Amino acid sequence: MNRVVILRACLVGAALAAAAIFPIAFTNQLVLTMGFFTLLYIVAAVAWNLFSGYTGYISLGHAVFFGSGAYVTGIVARDLHLGGAAEFALLPLALAVGALIAVPFGLIALRVRRHTFVVITIAIFFIFQLMAFDLKTTGGTAGLYSPFLPWGPVVFGQRFYYIVLALAVGTVAISWLIRGSRFGLQLRAIRDDEDRAASLGVRAMPVKLTAFVISGAITGLAGAIWFFYISQILPGSGFDPIFDLTVALMAFFGGLGTVSGPLLGALIIEPVQYYLNFQINNGYLSQIVLGALFLLVILFLPRGLVPTVGEKASSWRARRESRALDAGAISAGQVVREQASGPGPIAKGTAR
Amino acid sequence: MGTELTRAVFNGVLGGGVYALMAVGLTLIFGVLDIINIAQGVMVILGAYLSYALSVHLHIDLFAGLLVTVPAMFVIGVAIQWAFIRPLRGSDRTSMSLLASYAVAIIIEGVLYLLFGANFVTLNASYVTHSVYLLGFYLPDIEIYGFVMAVVLVAAIYALLYRTRFGKSIRATMQDRTAAMLVGIDVNRVSALTYGIGVAVTAAGGMVFGASGIPFNPNSGYDLISRLLALIILAGLGSIGGALAAAVFMLTVESVVDIWQPTWAVLVFYAALVIVLLVKPTGLFGRQAARAQ
Repeated sequence: MNRVVILRACLVGAALAAAAIFPIAFTNQLVLTMGFFTLLYIVAAVAWNLFSGYTGYISLGHAVFFGSGAYVTGIVARDLHLGGAAEFALLPLALAVGALIAVPFGLIALRVRRHTFVVITIAIFFIFQLMAFDLKTTGGTAGLYSPFLPWGPVVFGQRFYYIVLALAVGTVAISWLIRGSRFGLQLRAIRDDEDRAASLGVRAMPVKLTAFVISGAITGLAGAIWFFYISQILPGSGFDPIFDLTVALMAFFGGLGTVSGPLLGALIIEPVQYYLNFQINNGYLSQIVLGALFLLVILFLPRGLVPTVGEKASSWRARRESRALDAGAISAGQVVREQASGPGPIAKGTAR
Repeated sequence: MGTELTRAVFNGVLGGGVYALMAVGLTLIFGVLDIINIAQGVMVILGAYLSYALSVHLHIDLFAGLLVTVPAMFVIGVAIQWAFIRPLRGSDRTSMSLLASYAVAIIIEGVLYLLFGANFVTLNASYVTHSVYLLGFYLPDIEIYGFVMAVVLVAAIYALLYRTRFGKSIRATMQDRTAAMLVGIDVNRVSALTYGIGVAVTAAGGMVFGASGIPFNPNSGYDLISRLLALIILAGLGSIGGALAAAVFMLTVESVVDIWQPTWAVLVFYAALVIVLLVKPTGLFGRQAARAQ
């Protein structure tokens, strides 16, 4: 067993334990709410990255899945007169809705690349928002309410926390499994050069579409849980352009296409945003802060936290090793310095 | 029925002129800088609010106010390009610039909310409420003035592009950035000025948009940008003539559909976009077979 692997396993174990104890240690409602939203955004950012980060197709339409998952469960719960905790039986439905919408969405949007792809995702997003406003079944501008859950505030916060924690762990695990698999390699080959990947035998369309469907299904599920939590959905909150941007910001901040990047991004940005919202108590000002933060990340950390730190760490380690080699060489009176003191073996793209 | 249809076509063509002006700015920026300015929609609203502030607080006429707002928007555009777009390098430049302009959009939106609040406003002037009897219809003065101004401005951009030395360097940069640098064009300067021009036209477009009777608030930028994006993708990215044709055509279709189905008229935009891209992924007047990724 490699030392790095053991260290990594310990870190993951410690993080999981901390996440599990968190809602028992902090029963303050505000803190529980923050924990819930942070985990929810971890799910959304990791799911977004699973498609956009791995393939390089930047989607600004993932709110389509989020909102649809929420709306469909809301409509079905209303029409079947489901009450209380029975609504959780609808979660598989949200998963299916996300996946089913991703198929035609992907078949249309994934025919084009780069700018055009981004714009198509935005256009499809607005079609869905328009439908939420104008269809009779969605309740129009009045929105929908989820069934009432007869739980006390702390129990409510804790239960939702554990539900979304389970989803977050599952999503990160899926993302990790995909990244190391043959499928993940195909996705990253598409990101680097789609035409060349295709010429080497990657069936680009089915591969891209599969990633899109997985990503959409998870985002749909997250939308339904979010809806049960806040208990009301409006066209503008279910299909929210800020959601698309926030998720992308988190993935970019942490490191696009890495497993831990979007997780860290959400873990840092969501509490900061929550705190700012709470402190400033002005949605518009915190919107400006979010935008400014985003610009700073793009300008000064364009490759994201995880790859930048990983590179710094490995170049530091390489320098230290070569210095140690130097010292050894000098004490032995050898003249191998010139070979050893070259630029350290900076392994690009090894950060995970 | 017949008169209703003719009226719808009139409205579509008049409105299409203004949309063409805004879309030309967007497609010009794309052509030269190879980025999509998501902030274009909210910049139109910013332009409208600038006109609003001038007319309400300083009682300056809307059209006279353009002498202030157009240069102001030009400066804002050049500054944004210099600060946030120009520094972006590397293979991820495309997606980074998109996100940067999205971030600029939400910052501008937030600032507008802070300054003007979320209430819907409209621009007012004598010619906004007055209308003339023309060809059997009452047409609001502002729509005619706006259309004429849009035509003049688009013609001016055309003249700039095809009749001046600077226009030649813009077109050269659009065709091949590296080759343009090799023949001695200052590509950075061309990029900054083009971004400025593309943003400056939003001041004029925003003024007419704000005066055309539909109330706006800082959030109206999203609806606008999604339409503008649909237009330029439909036309084929970077095609200026295509953007003109697409704007007039789509606005006409929308206002005709509006006769029967007011709620779903907007959907025509996106439905048309999806259908066109299924048939021809490069858009109707696409320049080349999809720039490779």
